[in-house]
Amino acid sequence: MPPETAAPGTVKKEQRPPRYIDGIRRALGAEMERDEDVVVMGVDVGAGGGVYGATKGLYERFGPERVIDSPIAEAGLLGAAVGGAMAGLRPVAEIMYMDFLTVCLDPVVNQAAKLRYMTGGGVEIPIVFRTQTGGGRSSGAQHSQSLEGIVAHVPGLKVYLPSNARDVEDLLSAAIRDDGPVVFVENRRLYNRPDPEYHERESLPPGRARVVREGSDLTLIAWGRMVEEASRACEEELADLSVELVDIRTLVPLDLDTAAASVAKTGRALVVHEAVEAFGPGAEIAMRLTERLLFEIEGPIRRLGAVTAPTPYSPPLEEAALPGAATIAAATRELLEI
Amino acid sequence: MMVTVSTEATEALLEDLRAMARIRAFETRVARQFREGNIPGFVHVSIGQEAVARGVCSALREHDYITTTHRGHGHCIAKGADPVGMMAELFGRASGTCGGKGGSMHIADPRFGILGANGIVAAGLPLAVGAGLAAQRRGTDAVAVAFAGEGSVNGGPFHEALTLAVLWQAPVVFAIENNQFSEFTRSEEIWRGASLVQRALDYGVAGAERVDGQDVGAVREATERAVKAARKGKGPSLIEAMTYRVHGHYEGDATPYRDEAEFQEWLDRDPIELALRALREDGRGTDAEAAVAAAEEEMDRAVEQGLAAPYPGTETVMEDVYAS
Repeated sequence: MPPETAAPGTVKKEQRPPRYIDGIRRALGAEMERDEDVVVMGVDVGAGGGVYGATKGLYERFGPERVIDSPIAEAGLLGAAVGGAMAGLRPVAEIMYMDFLTVCLDPVVNQAAKLRYMTGGGVEIPIVFRTQTGGGRSSGAQHSQSLEGIVAHVPGLKVYLPSNARDVEDLLSAAIRDDGPVVFVENRRLYNRPDPEYHERESLPPGRARVVREGSDLTLIAWGRMVEEASRACEEELADLSVELVDIRTLVPLDLDTAAASVAKTGRALVVHEAVEAFGPGAEIAMRLTERLLFEIEGPIRRLGAVTAPTPYSPPLEEAALPGAATIAAATRELLEI
Repeated sequence: MMVTVSTEATEALLEDLRAMARIRAFETRVARQFREGNIPGFVHVSIGQEAVARGVCSALREHDYITTTHRGHGHCIAKGADPVGMMAELFGRASGTCGGKGGSMHIADPRFGILGANGIVAAGLPLAVGAGLAAQRRGTDAVAVAFAGEGSVNGGPFHEALTLAVLWQAPVVFAIENNQFSEFTRSEEIWRGASLVQRALDYGVAGAERVDGQDVGAVREATERAVKAARKGKGPSLIEAMTYRVHGHYEGDATPYRDEAEFQEWLDRDPIELALRALREDGRGTDAEAAVAAAEEEMDRAVEQGLAAPYPGTETVMEDVYAS
């Protein structure tokens, strides 16, 4: 898919900062190099290199024994990944689009998430369910939905949603080394995004949010591609205000401390996500912050998600459905007027 | 049909009887303890199906894997799980196999390759394919057996599991226990088309056969053929073991759908009775009866120990949710 921001053609290749997708490739390559039990499984992940190229080069480097192509049989594949994890492998199983998770929820929800608990700690399930989402490209309602709320709702699953190449690399490595199941949610609209701060960013573990920009009027809390939209809102539309932006990075575990410290300072907060608003993760975070900071906040903590409808196809409809810099800015100003 | 026993096979049959009697004694006590209100939740027992559990597991090694079903007590015991821990688990006690967090449907013990009973019909089939894949990719000679009922073979995971196992030539044995009933429905009433064996062959398995699931030796021999092929890298096989579910789908099921004449026919071919008869004919009746008595005594002790064990402390409720 074409990059959304053209890579600067005049810059020499070695000087070009890593892109989001490079972070995935680096982490997979490094972890497979480090540990022979790490295998990659999925539809077209082998010689095909993945539908978005995320596994490109792995097949040539590690061979079909460890880069395992699967027919389009997601439920069987994920079940096999769970069984493999119980028998010594550390599978990274790819679900091509997050919407497809719904055809194979049993291995994720009833097996991987519950087995450790149901067996009283008798088994470990070291498995990464790698998937991607990303509305805004007219992919239609069955190839666009952000379902992190479903998986974060299931006890036993960790949920990582990186917003930049540095975090992709760090969080994917951490996910592969974790002895439990992790749902790793990439955003395809970020794949070709270079990360100019790749070398400057501090490497943070899962469960640590990152304060992306500091401010004193209001806190925006976001993850995935919404971090970029929120940044744009701050720079282009809210330049007269002092807005703090927190990239939550992982929903499970959730770094409520960092978010709460920010909201205690600013007194106001808006949680922004690409998932639809109703019964979404924003409501959960807003409620937890409210419970903790009831006497410190200066107004309601709100959330802004996609409209509660299937993702529409037509570009103007889809643009209206998803949060973006303009709607984030409007919601921020509205909150400040309360 | 009688099990015919050659002299050299007598000792083997006595061992089989011992193993089957332990399962039977466990299950009859589970049913009784459930009626008495000592076991909460759902319980599904495998009375009448012991020859399948024993026949299959006696062809396996300790490091081989099994996945099983909601009706999995017998498979777990046959694969080496400790019935004392299992009984305590059914009572929901801290000393249970899973610390009281799993119960009847979720017993697992990876030390014996038992990757778990499962409350979701057909879910264990792909899990076994994954375990077989792991053995293959990690260069061990382990095989994985997926125990499943005939009620699972119409679900999507059966199709995907066979497809993937054949594609990857994974060392897997699909041990389909045909106990005649899919919950409350006679399985033959919801079956059209070719036989299960033919269906499996069409997926491209290395071998598929239907065996008499009441004949422990026949089940073992079929499993040995399948395991041998799997260890040689020839890929998966399927065995359909014909047996009969003597109790209801769950304890408390009044089985109004059961045909009494057929029920009696199957009881006449009870695997433990067949083994006892054959051993008596071989002049080993006393040893056989002693084996049954020993099994009953062992399981009485398991019940006593389980009932005496403490419940887990409520402070454990949040333990083991996430890997540390």
